[in-house]
Amino acid sequence: MIVLLAVAVGVSLGLVLQPTVPLDLQPYLPIAVVAALDALFGGVRAWLEAIFDDRVFVVSFVANVLVASLIVYVGDKLGVGGQLSTSIVVVLGIRIFSNAAAIRRRVFRA
Amino acid sequence: MTDPPTSDQPAVAGESLHRRLTRALFARPGPAQLGVAALCGLLAFALVTQVRTTAGSGTLASARPDDLVSILADLSGRADRLRSQVADLQRSAALLRNGSTRDSAALAQARARAQTLGILTGTLAARGPGVVLTIEDPRLQIHSDVVLNAIEELRDAGAEAMQIAGTGGAVRVITSTSVGDLGSRVTVDGVALTAPLRLVAIGDPRTLATALGIPGGVVDTVDAAAGAHAIVTTSPSVTVAALRALAKPRYASPAPAPTP
Repeated sequence: MIVLLAVAVGVSLGLVLQPTVPLDLQPYLPIAVVAALDALFGGVRAWLEAIFDDRVFVVSFVANVLVASLIVYVGDKLGVGGQLSTSIVVVLGIRIFSNAAAIRRRVFRA
Repeated sequence: MTDPPTSDQPAVAGESLHRRLTRALFARPGPAQLGVAALCGLLAFALVTQVRTTAGSGTLASARPDDLVSILADLSGRADRLRSQVADLQRSAALLRNGSTRDSAALAQARARAQTLGILTGTLAARGPGVVLTIEDPRLQIHSDVVLNAIEELRDAGAEAMQIAGTGGAVRVITSTSVGDLGSRVTVDGVALTAPLRLVAIGDPRTLATALGIPGGVVDTVDAAAGAHAIVTTSPSVTVAALRALAKPRYASPAPAPTP
């Protein structure tokens, strides 16, 4: 319940405040969002498999975001930021897909 | 961290999904769930922000410098091409405009020449100030010499276009006009004209009238003939409407202009 509430608050804050992303953060925000989505799907899957743990979720969420942003940062320094962000999106996308498949199997038993 | 009464319990196998969901929704939140909720709220916030940024700023703002450089190079190349095209088209437009003004000037000149020549050769009707010489001759005493004399006097006085009309018709008087007699009637270019004759000439009216009225001139000659009478009328606008077909010269052809 409180999670849904927080999501609603976050969406409305984003809509109401209309924040502009600082220029330095612009390359990292989309990657961070994708990494967080990955963590979220992993959390849902874990909950469905009844092995959800708050601490694990928080740690994996933060770590996912930090590592993804760090990789992009390093890639930017090395001049391969574009390719590395693409690769991160691909890897996370694959993980999100497999998590979604697991969730589907659990929910629909198919 | 895990708080047994409030957080998600490792579920007993076989517990239905629906019941677990209900329990999770209506369980009282513990401090651990606050962290999860905060992270989810943050994610929602970031997601909305990113979507808005992407939607609001188009594709260029989120493009990488390398891509921007290549896009810029593309665009400047295209701009160069378009600029040179514009210059080409402007040049040809100027060319066409020049040509058309020159052509229209030449056309206007040719048209003016054609009008002048048409008046001189009698293919165009003419109008202007001039005189009308009317010769009443009920007894047919007037012959070709008087008419020829009148034409010559008017030419000398600077008449630019002339026609002579009688009951037999109207004839334009031009450079090759001939005057003769047919019985007691006067023929002009082969057309027999019967009095009263009406000779219309375009030129300076006063000079023309004076030329006709000199002592011993045309008017005097006509008036001396039995029963004949001549009247000269000046007018600011007379019309020479009789036309003749243009005779194509059989023998003469234009000689090449002498080069200086």
